[in-house]
Amino acid sequence: MTAHGPIVKSHSAAADRVFNLVTGGAAWLVLILLGATAASMAWGGRLAFETFGFGFITSTDWDAVGGKFGALVPIYGTIVTSIVALVIAVPVSLGIALFLTDIAPRWIRGPIGIAVELLAAIPSIIYGMWGLFIFAPFMAAHVDPWLNGTLGPLPLIGPIFTGPPIGIGMLTAGIVLGIMIIPFIAAVARDVFNAVPPPLKESAVALGSTRWEVLSRVTLPYARSAIIGAIFLGLGRALGETMAVTFVLGNAHDLSISLLMPSNSIAAAIANEFTEADAELYRSSLIALAFLLFVVTFIVLSAAKLLLLRINRAHGRTS
Amino acid sequence: MSLVLLRRRAVDVIAFLFASGATLFGLFWLFWILWTTFKRGLGAINVALFTQMTPPPGSAGGLLNAFYGSAVMILLAVVIGAPLGVAAGTYLAEHGRYSRLAKVVSFLNDVLLSAPSIVIGLFVYEIVVRTSGHFSGYAGAVALAMILLPIVVRTSDEALRLVPDQMREAAFALGIPRWRVTAQILYKAALTAILTGVLLGVARIAGETAPLLFTALNNQFWSGSLSGPLANVPVVIFQYAMSPYDEWHALAWAGALVLTLFVLGLNIAVRMIAKRTSK
Repeated sequence: MTAHGPIVKSHSAAADRVFNLVTGGAAWLVLILLGATAASMAWGGRLAFETFGFGFITSTDWDAVGGKFGALVPIYGTIVTSIVALVIAVPVSLGIALFLTDIAPRWIRGPIGIAVELLAAIPSIIYGMWGLFIFAPFMAAHVDPWLNGTLGPLPLIGPIFTGPPIGIGMLTAGIVLGIMIIPFIAAVARDVFNAVPPPLKESAVALGSTRWEVLSRVTLPYARSAIIGAIFLGLGRALGETMAVTFVLGNAHDLSISLLMPSNSIAAAIANEFTEADAELYRSSLIALAFLLFVVTFIVLSAAKLLLLRINRAHGRTS
Repeated sequence: MSLVLLRRRAVDVIAFLFASGATLFGLFWLFWILWTTFKRGLGAINVALFTQMTPPPGSAGGLLNAFYGSAVMILLAVVIGAPLGVAAGTYLAEHGRYSRLAKVVSFLNDVLLSAPSIVIGLFVYEIVVRTSGHFSGYAGAVALAMILLPIVVRTSDEALRLVPDQMREAAFALGIPRWRVTAQILYKAALTAILTGVLLGVARIAGETAPLLFTALNNQFWSGSLSGPLANVPVVIFQYAMSPYDEWHALAWAGALVLTLFVLGLNIAVRMIAKRTSK
């Protein structure tokens, strides 16, 4: 493994050092790029942070002309759409993982697994176009009116599902995001399910468990932390997704409880407005938003990685 | 007793149906999106698409300059990103395999892999566009290279780890210096896997839009130079799709179809290569 001490020392030792230096330098570059990105966002956003202080993340003002910027609406929109995405993607992804590991006949697992992975390969701009031209009109014509009629009149949760049936808004964006992160969660969850030691499952089956009981009482408890890691991975993707959301979220700077209302997200606000941001403070505010997004996704993705590391360490690499 | 059994059976069947339904649900979106892209894109594909420039609003044209810009930027991104990625992957798998640096890099590389691409676009804007004073194809290529890098690091790391240790030991036993073992034996053994990793990376960056918005920007006209704004397929699709003009919509769908075919084709090709070599 780490066989040291080549027999031919002379100039090949120097060549070895150069090779070490080059590959080690490239490895450092990954760290440097990550650090430089964070630093550059913090530096670019400092004017906004200095000007607005903590109010930057609690204010809903977004007034390019008046020079007042508060990020609460995009932050709220990012969080709400990501929650909607998770509510859809988590059960579906776990279902797909279960189907691919325990239910489907062996010959069909490969093709279906690949088809689900292709869902992840489709560029997000295609999701966005499809969302804008096909899915949003579908939501406006069928789903929004239905929600207004059935869930709208209910107390407490009613206002969440009441709004203009325009198809553009947080619900549509959340659903599109959910579809986009299904393959990521499903692929990791499938690997996690496969990493559960067969003797554990076999013992449960031998005791007379049904498939569902094996899943709910053996597989899921055993793989709990890794499953949460897979979900965090999906969440990290959802938080930072830009193009698909930009198409269907509506770029509105109003805070609204209704999922049917247009809103904004951090990534969409940057994509829509950055090239138009002429004032220094405007640009700095958008970069400050990017800094917040970067820090939050960094934390979420790190947590995902840590949770997945545990099962990797125990059973070899899973992904 | 039998009632309990019946209930357990019922729950099991429900779980079975749910999992199958979830899979159908996932595939349903795949087919819906692909079907739409094909239906709308096929009608808009013609010779002009590949021979004419992006048109002004309300008239016909093609996407030649956008295809060219995308191709050049992807190529340059691979030239920049792939060697660096393979080098870093080599460090993780070989020269620094048990070092603390390799552990940290391996961890953070995965974070970079899923980091929001729009932030990477802004970063390149700050360090390239701002310092040089203008949008450019170079900036776009750098942004794409930065997205490609972690993908190549991860895949080349894994490719090298799959090379059996006996091969390393045999080479060391012959007294071959370490760097030659890596360069002449391990790279050869892992070549296909490393190349498929790069191809996967190309498939990923071909559709990236967000990092190009503030770097390469767009250019309605033919431009062979990378030092100015450069047309590219994703940003053209974005702008045309968001516009109110039918001609632009049609072009956006045609571009979307070509892009989708390219990306899915690469993905399927990579899987076929991987399957053939693993047999």
